[in-house]
Amino acid sequence: MEEGELMGKCDALIIGGSAGSLDVLLKVLPLLSTSLSFPVIIVIHRKHGTDSLLPELLSGRTRLFVKEVNEKEPIVAGTVYIAPSDYHTLIEQDRTFSLDYSEKVNYSRPAIDVTFQTAAEVYREKLVCLLLSGSNADGVNGLKSVKAWGGTAIIQDPATAQVAYMPEQASIHVKIDSILRIEDMAEFINLLS
Amino acid sequence: MNLELPVISDVQVEVLLADLLEQYGYDFTGYSKASIKRRILRLYSLDKALSFAEFRYRINNDSFYFKRFVEQITVNVTEMFRDPVFFRTLRDVVLPKLGTYPLIRIWLAGCSTGEEAYSISIILKELNLLHKSLIYATDLNPSVLEKAAQGMFAMSQMKQYSENYILSGGTEEFSSYYTANYSLAKFSEELKKKIIFSTHNLVSDHSFNEFQLILCRNVLIYFDRDLQHKVLRLFDDSLEGLGYLALGTKETLDFSPISQNYKRVPAEKIWRKVS
Repeated sequence: MEEGELMGKCDALIIGGSAGSLDVLLKVLPLLSTSLSFPVIIVIHRKHGTDSLLPELLSGRTRLFVKEVNEKEPIVAGTVYIAPSDYHTLIEQDRTFSLDYSEKVNYSRPAIDVTFQTAAEVYREKLVCLLLSGSNADGVNGLKSVKAWGGTAIIQDPATAQVAYMPEQASIHVKIDSILRIEDMAEFINLLS
Repeated sequence: MNLELPVISDVQVEVLLADLLEQYGYDFTGYSKASIKRRILRLYSLDKALSFAEFRYRINNDSFYFKRFVEQITVNVTEMFRDPVFFRTLRDVVLPKLGTYPLIRIWLAGCSTGEEAYSISIILKELNLLHKSLIYATDLNPSVLEKAAQGMFAMSQMKQYSENYILSGGTEEFSSYYTANYSLAKFSEELKKKIIFSTHNLVSDHSFNEFQLILCRNVLIYFDRDLQHKVLRLFDDSLEGLGYLALGTKETLDFSPISQNYKRVPAEKIWRKVS
């Protein structure tokens, strides 16, 4: 995909990741433009009970407003949302969040698949989803839905991932639009604005 | 769920919800749409429905399948002493305050399979309050209540529950509360004696008593804002002055008109009715 091809075509960026993805976020977030024209929603697997730590950690790395998702909250451009631990984060048609404490998916809650799949139907061709490093295949089915609804599927270059399995599985099962090295991610994201 | 494009549209979800209301009097129209749609799609694929028409026909004409439908589209995932810090506050702050009442009436709304009801019963027993307490544990689903009344939970969960129990301030040997029966742990009759399991639908049923403590955790997240307000009013109508209302970790009273009558217990999702 040519650089800038997606310009102005993004209503939401969702980043999913598991083992090895936090380091990527810590590198990429400081380089993001402070005037992004879309929300960034982050779904990262992590242990239950470390709730307030991640938003705090990430907000120290960017001038964008970082907050944990609240249920029924309207999704606002230029904000970085963190999916809370131990709930699934869903996107509603009216572009608000809802939370759900149903069964784990891919042994995970939050599951990346759940957020990708529900967002795919809402943002359709204006959704960009990025799947990072991780050791299970959560997110892969979600990326299939994103593609089916006309959205854009991007993965971290498995060669640059601490744990390559997750982006690798995506590259096997989904027609990926772009494969990004860590150092190219921020520029790619900024150009979506 | 392996579906790329969902086989049921938003309009079809509306059709099913309208059927349920008309046929059975169950009103799910105020539920969060993305969540309920996901549950319906999950069941559709789980039961290998052949078409939407067939699926809809079965729900409307087969009362057993209707029961399964309601059980499956509502979320019944729960555990004992979930969020141990919450139960510690219940043990250290809330229940001792209520200990001065001659009779403590507690409503556990949306009790599902009963894990929280037994957790509360254990704390009351350890605080020496169980003999003068009544726990009304309600759910809209008759089948989960049947399970709750049996007081039997998977043995495989006991390690986790025991850890939760200790973190919540439990002082006894957790295993003293149940007897192992193959793969099931059967909780003691004594814990069950003060629990009344009964159906109650938060959407359509009214207040049925006055309580000093109402717990409704991880139920409101499935409701849209209007329904949340309605249910919070129902709780307000059912709570005595100086009583407590406890919600789930990600739920709040903040957006409700009733919030002005409540004072929050610091650091927890527990509010006290002050006027």
